[in-house]
Amino acid sequence: MIVEVVIKSLFILLVVVAALAPVITWIERKQSAVMQDRIGANRADIGGITVLGLLHPMADVIKLLSKEDVVPFGANRVMHLIAPLVAATPAVIAYAVIPYGGVYHFGDYTLSLVAANPDWGLLYIFAIGSIATYGTVMAGWASNNNWSLLGGLRASAQMISYEVTMGLSVVGVFMVFQTLQLQNMCLAQDTTFRVFGFLQHLFGVPVPQWLDWIRLPAWGLFYQPLAFIMFLTTIMAENKRPPFDLPEGESELIAGYFVEYSGMRFGLFFMSEFIEVVVIAGLITTLFLGGWSVPYLSTQTIVGAIKPVFNEGFANGLCIILHFLTFMLKVVVMIWVQMLLRWTLPRFRYDQVMDLCWKIILPLSIANIFVTGFAILLVRGQP
Amino acid sequence: MTVPVFLFDLFAALAVASALAMVLNVRNTVAAAMSLVVTMVALAVIYLLLEAHLVAAIQIMVYAGAIVVLFLFVVMLLNLRSDDFAPGRARLARLAGALLGVFTVGEVVRRSGALPAPPALPPGFGGYRAVGIALYTDYVLLVEMASLLLTAAIVGALILAKRKID
Repeated sequence: MIVEVVIKSLFILLVVVAALAPVITWIERKQSAVMQDRIGANRADIGGITVLGLLHPMADVIKLLSKEDVVPFGANRVMHLIAPLVAATPAVIAYAVIPYGGVYHFGDYTLSLVAANPDWGLLYIFAIGSIATYGTVMAGWASNNNWSLLGGLRASAQMISYEVTMGLSVVGVFMVFQTLQLQNMCLAQDTTFRVFGFLQHLFGVPVPQWLDWIRLPAWGLFYQPLAFIMFLTTIMAENKRPPFDLPEGESELIAGYFVEYSGMRFGLFFMSEFIEVVVIAGLITTLFLGGWSVPYLSTQTIVGAIKPVFNEGFANGLCIILHFLTFMLKVVVMIWVQMLLRWTLPRFRYDQVMDLCWKIILPLSIANIFVTGFAILLVRGQP
Repeated sequence: MTVPVFLFDLFAALAVASALAMVLNVRNTVAAAMSLVVTMVALAVIYLLLEAHLVAAIQIMVYAGAIVVLFLFVVMLLNLRSDDFAPGRARLARLAGALLGVFTVGEVVRRSGALPAPPALPPGFGGYRAVGIALYTDYVLLVEMASLLLTAAIVGALILAKRKID
């Protein structure tokens, strides 16, 4: 039991933190370069071999580790030193509840590919996300610098506002799937639904047979398209990346809350932002894109097709590989979408950020909850 | 000593220590607020050990994640310094606090020997389903009263904050 949890946690740490996050820094550089008609990072080399600039993350880490770690005069030393750790820890541990594979049965042994699967998984993510504010606020306050203080102030107001709307915007999703457990949400999305089935519930007439063949994967995206857009917006604002990077705001605040940071402590802020990009991609994949499930090919279909030919173990093993690759593909697509938005949209003004949160997304998300409730009542006939 | 008991002792000690750190750090408001966050998180872990999962999550989301952030926001906005707090003003409050503390510790020590065994928990106890059903059936009147109170508070805050009401 303990061994299983440790192996799963190590897998997440090795794949997500140690492997994917540095690659993202490279993706971001290369993608922005392509979008801006540049070549991008390509100079770091070992004996003339550059591997498309993939050595840059390594060079960055060596540079950051060998730099002087400056604590500014008059700063609160303890808080200045621990703030980057407080910022990076929630980003890493949030990943614990995101499933990267389904539930498989090997004889009487059941394997569920998620490190921790508490009943209240989504609430865990929100709780961890609300703690993430402190790293930023501590860094802003402890640096004894007016720009970083302003950055910390902006960060605390922005993150606390968007936490509220982030929570409300996904209520519709867990109303549809009737669970907060992320693995159960993935299992519920591992199927399809009839696109025109709602006509039957709305008008009480049976739908023609051929219309039943038009089906979509039972993903949160198709049940809750509005929630998808709102959740993507709010969670990107939570991560403080452009167009919501007001706490950093180079043109006004130099670099905002981490102006006074150097070396690997700056690197930790930088890395925690990229780890959060992966967490966000994983979370959106889980909530809206069916998690590890292959569209139109449910686990039963795959296992049922292969089991008679080979055996159950082989079928499940194949499923694990297929599901993990599907999950990673979806995660990479969501990372790409986030980068695309980051390099496309200009930064908002601060009042626009607040208006978007309180005057647009909040009423829309509450309306979404009501509409979803009515739809569920209509389809299921009971709450 | 079992693992839950060990965790309980650990986080109870952490909660008390960080609460003391908050009180003793009263000159440095930000440090006091950060100690309060540690107290809140330690309490959330204790709720988890007591099977109250929803309360634990809400403890972190609301108290640690929202209320203390608002405290910090105000502290940083006003940029309070240590000399803004004149010492020796609250002698009576300190005396009352000390008496209450001594009484609490004495009572805990007196009663800790004869605690009843915990009752068996119904399935799903403390989860969001059980709490939600309880809140919206047995306690729905209280929930509605609380929401009315909060609405009144929001309206009041808006009236105070707005210069001109049109």
